[in-house]
Amino acid sequence: MEIVLKNLSKVFSGSGKRRHEKVVAVNRFDLTIPDGKLVGLLGPSGCGKSTLLNLICGLEEPTEGRILFGSDDVTDLPPEARGVGMVFQNYALYPHLSVHDNIIFPLENLRGAKRLPKEEMEKRVAEAARLVQITELMERRPDELSGGQQQRVAIARALVKTPSVLLLDEPLSNLDARLRLQTREEIRRIQTETGVTTVFVTHDQEEAMSISDYIIVMKEGVLQQLGEPQTIYEKPANLFVAKFLGTPQINVFDAEIRSGRLCLGGAEVMPMQGLADMPVWAGIRPEGFVIDPAGPLECGLVRVEVMGRDTSIVFTHPAFTGASARAIVPTAKNVDRSAPTLRFSLNPEKVHIFSKTDELRLGAAAGGDVQ
Amino acid sequence: MKRKRSSGWLYLLPAILLLGAFMVYPLIDVLIYSVEEGYNSASQTFNGVGLYNYSHVLRDPYFMQALKNTFIIVIITVPVSTGLALLISLQLSKIKKLRDLFQTVFFLPYVTNTLAVGLVFMILFKRTPYSDGLINLMISIFGAGPVDFIDGPYAAKMFVMCFYTVWVVLPFKVLILTSALASVKKEYYNAARVDGTPRWRVFTKITLPAISPMLFYLIITGFIGAFKAYSDEVALFGTDLNAAGMNTIVGYIYDMLYGNGGGYPSYAAAAALILFAIVLTITVINLMVSRKHVHY
Repeated sequence: MEIVLKNLSKVFSGSGKRRHEKVVAVNRFDLTIPDGKLVGLLGPSGCGKSTLLNLICGLEEPTEGRILFGSDDVTDLPPEARGVGMVFQNYALYPHLSVHDNIIFPLENLRGAKRLPKEEMEKRVAEAARLVQITELMERRPDELSGGQQQRVAIARALVKTPSVLLLDEPLSNLDARLRLQTREEIRRIQTETGVTTVFVTHDQEEAMSISDYIIVMKEGVLQQLGEPQTIYEKPANLFVAKFLGTPQINVFDAEIRSGRLCLGGAEVMPMQGLADMPVWAGIRPEGFVIDPAGPLECGLVRVEVMGRDTSIVFTHPAFTGASARAIVPTAKNVDRSAPTLRFSLNPEKVHIFSKTDELRLGAAAGGDVQ
Repeated sequence: MKRKRSSGWLYLLPAILLLGAFMVYPLIDVLIYSVEEGYNSASQTFNGVGLYNYSHVLRDPYFMQALKNTFIIVIITVPVSTGLALLISLQLSKIKKLRDLFQTVFFLPYVTNTLAVGLVFMILFKRTPYSDGLINLMISIFGAGPVDFIDGPYAAKMFVMCFYTVWVVLPFKVLILTSALASVKKEYYNAARVDGTPRWRVFTKITLPAISPMLFYLIITGFIGAFKAYSDEVALFGTDLNAAGMNTIVGYIYDMLYGNGGGYPSYAAAAALILFAIVLTITVINLMVSRKHVHY
């Protein structure tokens, strides 16, 4: 089911003494989530991701705007009428019910014509359990399960009523590192098998990058960019998105465009067509640096870290906005560790120019709806 | 290993000494009193050892009256007060405005003196030569005749007694249950909402199991408290409870020790042990039932 958000906003007003303070958790969202895709909702903590998810789910009412599932306007429908499955951050498994009873719970809620015969219910439960691979755990209680197993039960419970939209709130945040890797593959597999439109919330960019078909980046309630992970990485709409995605972080330089050339700390480092002369932010991905003794960018060498396949070079540059910048180069390149300085040339594809006024990416249109 | 064990006992010593002197020894003493036949408290002598004290107590019409009264109070007030407290706390947890005010109102009886409140109740319900009392005034609006709740028929007295007991024990239960309800994770309710769970099912499948340990605690302590009722009866009906026909088991025990017909520690001890046996039985039954229905 395609999800369409139209000018969607949610404003929370404080209570008591703070009732005049307003928090805009979701600010004028306009976007379309295509049918049958796995979408990662990415942003720093407190940026309104969970609120947006709750709006789609129906647990929160929007202050303004509409929500459409396909062509149906569901804005005024309660959650149970929307056909959504929700997996909560702490799984919210009913602690006194067995795994089986937890999964069958949503089906037993159905009344009247929608109620399935008992055998059909059991069949659905068995199917959901098989899908998330917990068939042997059916008689256990939630507190007898590991975090990953609880997660699977929660997903099975959300899927058992065959929702048209599956929503997961920080599905991996309560798991340890190894289980997190495994579970995210699992979510990808389950989504592919069921084909259900899935939105999951995360603040971990690596998680979002690795399994999503599309990523929605948001900050302080405002949509920053929606697109395929690789597109967002290669063509970040603004400085925030560029900084938020990618590890190690993008290196941001205080730069300048001077007669069609990019200048870092006074030195012209590469040609930059089509931009007027002005001060800009230059974001350079760590892999955009190429060791080149004749390169235009001269840097002070701080440290060389060999990490197997790649080598990480920590260096300083007067125009760099942080303490020390980082470049990633293939290890085969021999680096003179004792040299006080080092020269790089730049890979133009890895250099992003952002306006100093609104921090938007220059020379490329900002991301919008997925086509 | 041995050293460790002895130092453990050393740490326990103060508690053991206090419990031994004030709990264990009196308990054993009560047991001994209860089997000493013809005990004379003046000369501290007795004729023999046997179960005569028990059979005497069980044949005493005053004891049987006290037993009956106690059971009626228990059977009526424990379910009514617990159910009412659950209802009130459920509503309290739903409202947002004035919640603190209502919580305070419901909690007030807990910090009020039992005897003072008892007197207020007595004034509300009592008929005097000068006035029928406020409650009778209200009843007369509906055309019913005046009833003497304090010195009148047994059912009227028992009604006031139960009404008063429920009123006195309610605040603590409301307090416990409101906090138990507040501690149920909101995510369960959100999950239930997304799944379209009917309200009654949310209550029976989520709320009740979640608060069942607290509910069970209230039921057990409610039973024990009601079996030990005494001061409330005195507050309403005065010290001569036998004359009012409103005595309780604890009241009977007190009368046997210090009352008008007092000076019979053996009878009091036997009655106390009978009460103990009753409370023990009820508690064991409660525990057995709870295994199935209480979710920790």
